[in-house]
Amino acid sequence: MSDLVADRIDEIYRSDSRQVLATLIRLLGDFDLAEEALHDAFMAALERWPNDGMPRNPRAWLVSTGRFKAIDRVRRRVSFDAAVSRFGEADDTVVSPLPDDDDDSVPDDRLRLLFTCCHPALSPDAQIALTLREVCGLTTEEVARAFLTPPPTIAQRIVRAKAKIRDARIPYEVPSRSDLSARLDSVLHVTYLVFNEGYLASSGSALTRPDLSCEAVRLARLTLELLPDPEVMGLLALMLLHESRRAARTSPDGELILLEHQVRSLWNRDQIAEGISLVERALSSRRVGPYALQAAIAAVHAEAPNAAATDWRQIVGLYDVLSRVDSSPIVELNRAAAVAMRDGPAAGLALIDALLARGELATYLHAYSARADLLRRLGRATDAMAAYEYALALATQEPERRFLARRLSELSSPGETKA
Amino acid sequence: MRYLCLIYENEKNYATMPKGESDNVMAEYGAFTQGIKESGHYVGGNALQPTPSATTLRVRNGKVSTTDGPFAETKEQLGGYYLINAKDLNDAIQVASKIPSAKFGSIEVRPIMEFNQA
Repeated sequence: MSDLVADRIDEIYRSDSRQVLATLIRLLGDFDLAEEALHDAFMAALERWPNDGMPRNPRAWLVSTGRFKAIDRVRRRVSFDAAVSRFGEADDTVVSPLPDDDDDSVPDDRLRLLFTCCHPALSPDAQIALTLREVCGLTTEEVARAFLTPPPTIAQRIVRAKAKIRDARIPYEVPSRSDLSARLDSVLHVTYLVFNEGYLASSGSALTRPDLSCEAVRLARLTLELLPDPEVMGLLALMLLHESRRAARTSPDGELILLEHQVRSLWNRDQIAEGISLVERALSSRRVGPYALQAAIAAVHAEAPNAAATDWRQIVGLYDVLSRVDSSPIVELNRAAAVAMRDGPAAGLALIDALLARGELATYLHAYSARADLLRRLGRATDAMAAYEYALALATQEPERRFLARRLSELSSPGETKA
Repeated sequence: MRYLCLIYENEKNYATMPKGESDNVMAEYGAFTQGIKESGHYVGGNALQPTPSATTLRVRNGKVSTTDGPFAETKEQLGGYYLINAKDLNDAIQVASKIPSAKFGSIEVRPIMEFNQA
């Protein structure tokens, strides 16, 4: 019996602890106090539920117990007056238990927590660390491992971010409608950075870190559940469509396989189907944003039975729209690569050379590797080798370096070049 | 909660600005100040004389030493400030984003440290 209850508590911890935390932060107005309260509440559950039985609404029980324990802690720590002033006007209700049906505000609390952790007044590194720690519930050690950063650095980042939230009074709220779209951008950006760190690990020997990508997908699902915005759909679709190719993206010995050479039967069909249906929903809304457009491009690739059957006309068209909505040199580079597929390598090369002449992509590895690839296809081996060498000098990731080195050696011994 | 909004901009811009344009900036500041007085955000604020008028001093071993100019040479200089009352950082950012110089300079928003008088 008690083992069963312990299992159930474990389960509730996994499914509900972040929601309980989010509500406790709102009620207590302090991250650290709320985390201690969360811990105390679960300890109390382990002590009392095996004897008293499960409460009717475990989450409400945990919130009200956590809140009560926090009051207790503050009273013990400082004088009663100081404790009361810390809770402001909420002090008179603070010891009364919450009604069991107070669940209405819970989704709002999680959204509040997400927007607070991704507040643009925090540094991007701090936003990511805080979101993974507080919203996703990763331990400091897990965040540190994911970003190959020493745990004390991450811990310090989180401590500083919480101090800023407290000292500068970053509000614990969902932004007003007028600010929502700018603030949502920041939430989506953090989510996408987490995903990319998992999908295209920026350094180290392994090419991907699937755990982080899973967290990002979970985060986007949560955001979508709370805020059904077309760009949230677009981002979730984009991540699912990228994620669907994970098994095909690396060879068994960890080498990078480009989209055109991937074995498409390895692509995850469920993720593709979900991604495409989200893209369709996002595109049918009036506001089509950059994430939905990138997802649409990924969907065109996903729909092609083989690389040769890719609808490059449609992809170039989507890049045209994307560069109007969200113009950037990287979008232009990708568009140039698509133009090369539609109209031939010479047309793409002219666009890339014009882009590089503007100097904005001077240190961007993929600009040189794309250029090198087009030169190779045009049969200009010497120029291609120079461009690959340049790209190699910019590469920081082992599998990427090996890929470029392989291309270089294929060019220096043309007989072995594969199609 | 009180926040200090520090206005940083390149003071040389004002020296080279045509008269009509600097009149416009002054008029915008007048309207902004009036607006935050009416909304209850305003606590205080001043424009500063340019940095050539600044003196930096230090006391070391009981001895005062003074030097000409600001503490640090930077591309943008402190040109003025507003002290405002705001509900929270979002409210303060809303107010600070309407300071006319935000369009060409930058505004640093700093919470005032409150000391509890127990």
